[in-house]
Amino acid sequence: MTTTTLPNYLEDKQGKKGLMVWLTTHDHKRIGLMYLAALSVFFIVGVLIGILMRLELLNPGKDIVDPQTYNSLFTLHGVIMIFLFVIPGIPAVFGNIALPLIIGARDVAFPKLNLFSWYLYMFGAMLALGTLLVGDGPPDTGWTFYAPYSVKTGTNVTMAVFAAFILGFSSILTGLNFIVTIHRMRCPGMSWFKMPLFAWALYATSWIQLLATPVVGITLLMIAVERMLGIGLFDPALGGDPVLYQHLFWIYSHPAVYIMILPGMGVISEIIPTFSQRRIFGYKAIAYSSLAIAFIGYFVWGHHMFTSGMSGPARVIFSILTFLVAIPSAIKVFNWLATMYNGSIDMKPPMLYAMGFIFLFLIGGLTGLVNGALAADIHIHDTYFVVGHFHYVMFGGTGFAFFAAMHYWFPKIWGKMYSIKHATRAFWVLFTGFNILYFPMLVVGIMGMPRRYYDYLPQFHLPNEISTVGSWITVLGLVYMIVVLIQGMRKGEKAERNPWHGLTLDWQTDSPPTLENFEEIPTVTEGPYEYK
Amino acid sequence: MSTNSQQPEVHHPVIHRDDTAKKLGMWLFLFTELILFGGLFLVYSIYRYLNPEDFSNGSHHLDVGIGALNTMILITSSLTVALSITAIQKNKPKLAIGLIVFTIFCALLFMVNKYFEWGHKIHYDLYPGTELFKALKPGEGLFYVLYYFMTGLHMLHVVVGAILLGIMANYIRKGMITHDNYVLLENGGLYWHLVDLIWIYLFPLLYLIH
Ligand code: HEM
Repeated sequence: MTTTTLPNYLEDKQGKKGLMVWLTTHDHKRIGLMYLAALSVFFIVGVLIGILMRLELLNPGKDIVDPQTYNSLFTLHGVIMIFLFVIPGIPAVFGNIALPLIIGARDVAFPKLNLFSWYLYMFGAMLALGTLLVGDGPPDTGWTFYAPYSVKTGTNVTMAVFAAFILGFSSILTGLNFIVTIHRMRCPGMSWFKMPLFAWALYATSWIQLLATPVVGITLLMIAVERMLGIGLFDPALGGDPVLYQHLFWIYSHPAVYIMILPGMGVISEIIPTFSQRRIFGYKAIAYSSLAIAFIGYFVWGHHMFTSGMSGPARVIFSILTFLVAIPSAIKVFNWLATMYNGSIDMKPPMLYAMGFIFLFLIGGLTGLVNGALAADIHIHDTYFVVGHFHYVMFGGTGFAFFAAMHYWFPKIWGKMYSIKHATRAFWVLFTGFNILYFPMLVVGIMGMPRRYYDYLPQFHLPNEISTVGSWITVLGLVYMIVVLIQGMRKGEKAERNPWHGLTLDWQTDSPPTLENFEEIPTVTEGPYEYK
Repeated sequence: MSTNSQQPEVHHPVIHRDDTAKKLGMWLFLFTELILFGGLFLVYSIYRYLNPEDFSNGSHHLDVGIGALNTMILITSSLTVALSITAIQKNKPKLAIGLIVFTIFCALLFMVNKYFEWGHKIHYDLYPGTELFKALKPGEGLFYVLYYFMTGLHMLHVVVGAILLGIMANYIRKGMITHDNYVLLENGGLYWHLVDLIWIYLFPLLYLIH
């Protein structure tokens, strides 16, 4: 089967020693794995903080932490999960590993820049975590850094904001790299519409990264300067306008939620046809809807600010636009379901995670519409309904897509296979725990429990108890999943080139691939999903 | 890729040059720079709309003469950097280096002017934190804050641009940029034009509109 004599990329040390093999590599697959290692650590830290918060919320009143600590906990949890996990997430790890493979290239367009992005990411991450250790304690503003509180609080906001700035820069460079790669490095015969849908999703995402991130960069810089020089850009006492800060922040941060979800949708669009052994339904509709989401996503930021003071017409327009952005997402879901229809569905773990994604994303998306509806949002703004909603989209959506990708490309990355039986069980534990953890949040939110407090009224006790129990099951599922994957990585059976019978180019080369990916650059003549 | 690999013959990817990719990358990067400043332009226009009189008062205190001089200097430097690219295309590396050095000289001149301009204001205590500054009307304070912020960030770009051009001159000297491989210099030039372009917007916004 393996005809090459070259060592695969995991063994090929290129004459370097020890850690240097990794730290100075320009290989996209190794860089992807370095992101994976870093991201996993931060994800685990984030989850631990989440568990701690849930423990505090087990009973009304103080259980384990005081109010100030709790404020810092949810801020750190948010900053870590958003800026260190979901935003870089799938593009940085699986985009890096798989994009050159699926378009038949040897690497990304700028391999050195790619490594540089990783260093920027690590630097930003160290700064973000450094807020814990130095100065006047970790920030307590929430991950949104709303002014004027963020310019007044004595905590370490400047450093956290600067970290987010650096991380944004890293994200911009990754996006830039992918756009040029997709434009210039597709293999012969791969026209735009013969490109796998994951590449389309990454393409749309990269444009958002490129065009939206600088706005938050400059905004956060303004916060930092405001704090350092004591000037009044956003502080109303000095003539500034705090609502303007919110606008600038969400001009980036709403498109950023599409940075989080689009690559996930791309992963699902790869997995569903492969595990149904059917041609994808509505290829062009899925490809275009990625671009449509990216485009419309720019114009909906105002829905975060329905209660912040905006004119009536502005609010109505933002509400309508928010409904519009749901359409392309729904198009994708319908196309996935239509692809599965009449297919020979194979419920292997990647497919299970993909189905889990569809289910959880559906709940997340529909509750999103509830938030986007102007009248309803006035009632549920800043309640646990919102917390439930965004965990369904970010964790249930992007997080599950991330896990799906991890199980899907696992044999390609390591050349080994995990235990299908245990991975399947881990999925069910995680899936169950997830719903027990977050569904009660939706309920308790409708009942009126506000977010970002360490305490709550006694009538909210039961749902909070259930949710905390759910958090334990979720963690059990996560640990189980990670153990199964690490076991597979260390002593799994040898995997074939193409264990899932996929048709995209990544499956046509060795597992694991060599540093060059392909012995000879392939030429494609058919679309990526021409299953018989 | 590293060069000290064990089986170099089979091991190396064919390093093929793709100038279009490099330029595309540069243009994309310039977009992000524009949007970075775009955020500031947005903030500027909103605060100007909210405090028209204060902003007008503020801009009366800026030195139009120095601003105009700096505009001339930057436009000239944009010309010379463009000429240096033509020079390298015509295979005249010495001339190209000379033109780049002149461009860097313009950058220095620009900064000297800025030094005097800022120094003058700082001499009169017109900077955030002083008693004088606190006594200003909020709108005027915002104007000066934006003035320092925008020109300061621009100055940072001038410094970075000048350093980049210095590196390019060195590359030409070492023969790494030649008449048939000059995309790096083109990218450096593009960056310098961006620095120029942003100033062309900053100058009227801050100095000319009353
Ligand atoms: C076992 C896993 C997790 C648990 C137990 C958990 C728990 C929580 C809780 C209880 C809050 C609400 C804090 C409050 O408003 O008082 C919260 C907030 C948040 N969570 Fe999670 N979470 C988990 C995983 C995640 C993941 C995977 C993500 C993102 C991908 C995430 C993103 C966020 C964000 C952005 C906030 C808002 C922080 C803020 O208010 O500034 N969480 N989480």
